[in-house]
Amino acid sequence: MADHIKTHPEESLEGAVVFNVPIPTDLEALTGMAPIVIKYPYHIDYVHSYGQDSPFFAGLANKKLLGTKCQSCGHTFATPRMSCMQCGGATKWVEIPHEGKVHTFTVCHFGSEAFLPECPFVLALIEFEGVDTLFLTRLMGVDPLKPSMDWVGTKVKAKFRRLSQLKPTDVWFVPVGS
Amino acid sequence: MRTVYVVAGGVSKFAKARPDKTFQAIVKEAYDYCLQDLGIDARQAFELIDGTVASYFSDHFQRQLMSGIMVQDYLGLVPKPSHRVEGGGATGGLSFQEAWKNIASGHMDTCLVYGFETMSHVETWKGNEFIALASDVSFDFPVGGFYSGYYAMMVVRHMKEFGTTVEQLAKVSVKNHINALHNPYAQKRKRLTVEDVRNSPMVAWPLTRLDICTMSDGAAAAILVSEDGLAKMEKAAGRRLPKVKITGIGRGTDAMRMSDRPHQSFDAFYAANSLDNEQDADSKAYYKELWGNGFRYPGVHSFRAGRMASKQAYKHAGIHDPLKEIDFVELHDAYTSSEIQTYEDMGLCRYGEGGTFAESGKAFLPGIDYGLDLPHQPICPVNPSGGLIACGHPVGATGLMQAVFGLWQLQNTFGKHLGDDKLQVKGARRGVVHSHAGTGTYVTATVMEREP
Ligand SMILES: [Zn+2]
Repeated sequence: MADHIKTHPEESLEGAVVFNVPIPTDLEALTGMAPIVIKYPYHIDYVHSYGQDSPFFAGLANKKLLGTKCQSCGHTFATPRMSCMQCGGATKWVEIPHEGKVHTFTVCHFGSEAFLPECPFVLALIEFEGVDTLFLTRLMGVDPLKPSMDWVGTKVKAKFRRLSQLKPTDVWFVPVGS
Repeated sequence: MRTVYVVAGGVSKFAKARPDKTFQAIVKEAYDYCLQDLGIDARQAFELIDGTVASYFSDHFQRQLMSGIMVQDYLGLVPKPSHRVEGGGATGGLSFQEAWKNIASGHMDTCLVYGFETMSHVETWKGNEFIALASDVSFDFPVGGFYSGYYAMMVVRHMKEFGTTVEQLAKVSVKNHINALHNPYAQKRKRLTVEDVRNSPMVAWPLTRLDICTMSDGAAAAILVSEDGLAKMEKAAGRRLPKVKITGIGRGTDAMRMSDRPHQSFDAFYAANSLDNEQDADSKAYYKELWGNGFRYPGVHSFRAGRMASKQAYKHAGIHDPLKEIDFVELHDAYTSSEIQTYEDMGLCRYGEGGTFAESGKAFLPGIDYGLDLPHQPICPVNPSGGLIACGHPVGATGLMQAVFGLWQLQNTFGKHLGDDKLQVKGARRGVVHSHAGTGTYVTATVMEREP
């Protein structure tokens, strides 16, 4: 059968509200009555500090890509870390080029609940000249319904939100020339 | 260190949801199975068991902290010592090795390890969100946290580096689902074709729903003993027990953020990451050419943690040529792509050869019709049980389920436990069980052998 012809509805956590259930007089029969399933909400506001990585987000708000460079071995991280993973040396903040290449990518047709409304979207890892590690981002300006291995190696450039949200999605990449 | 034997294993029913029981009672299914298989009762078990290891991943799914102690008391094992182990998808593999440590160190003579996960408490997409919290919440999760997406990016790079194809991935799915036709424990038992896999809904390009395992509710358990523990167990059981011992333990790690993984030189790879069977001139020339073409290690296409785990476990067990010296492998195939990448990490083939290895037939079982044209005879069946893709992946139980299937292979009791011996690897003497966490962050490899 064609994929778009549905044979059953999506399962969901919608259900009836029940305030009581019948119980048999014979307690021997109780072992047969499981399970009773209840539902409750679990919504929480979290406070999360970016801690030592905070300048990266301040950078995004100012249309800058900030990475870090090891003071001892020179290893340069596109995604910042204040302690070098290679040698344990201290790193300092440096600007990362706004142009790079697609190292790899995927098109997410499904996702975590938080991102479902945005599907399909393209996730990509970007490589930069003179930088030793990659950067995870959204790739835009390409047709998510026509993915191609040729996208790997595409030259891309950074774009920034005008109104920063202080999230890593303040920056995304598009093919150069688009 | 002392010799450690695995004497019993049990696996509960794995299902999309197990509303019939709470997690403690699901664990009890697996525990009771161990006791029944040994022929001892709960009172005897209480006398014998010196302590336990509890294997479970997420506190989010159940909204219950300290689930471990609730299992311990439900099984009637308080006040025996216990501790919880957590390491993402590798939780089960790590826990199994912690139980080994308890015995090998001389701290215990008999140790029970139990694992579980009940993931059905939330809808699938919320579940995906919980799992994606196992990625950096400052830099990775907010960009579109989704594990299938992460693994898809890794395999796209594998395809770019080595020309791996989606059909090669699909053949892993066909193999594992068809193996599972003979495994009543498996959640998804299907005769599939490559076309079925490719035509199933796209989840994260190029991975389809049939390239990816599902979330499950389930539990598994195993009992490990020392020589003394074995003697006591045999006395209680009133019979001799098959001797399956753990002969190799290995673990590795890599950076949580895939973006941070290094891109090492040929020399660095050879110094730290090459296996015994890669020291010949032919292998060195092969790798030299790969590096000449721009290959760097591990990048995002290879799991350095899996290589490290295998290297250590092989050294411990004295394995020099894994493909020839291992009779079967149960490995962590949460994605068809990770099975292919893991062939390479485990040295069943070289880096870059995983795709062709997948369709060679070498990792298939003899005597089963896969509906595929396989050029090579089976050598080392991989995931004869059906793996995670077919059996399901209740995270904390998964690595233990794999160990139990490995144990039954080595006991030559697959037929007894599954009611069908089609999946029994004939004459299996040595197997490796591999457990893997989020994008290759924690990986374990455990070698088990039947004592002649
Ligand atoms: Zn450094």
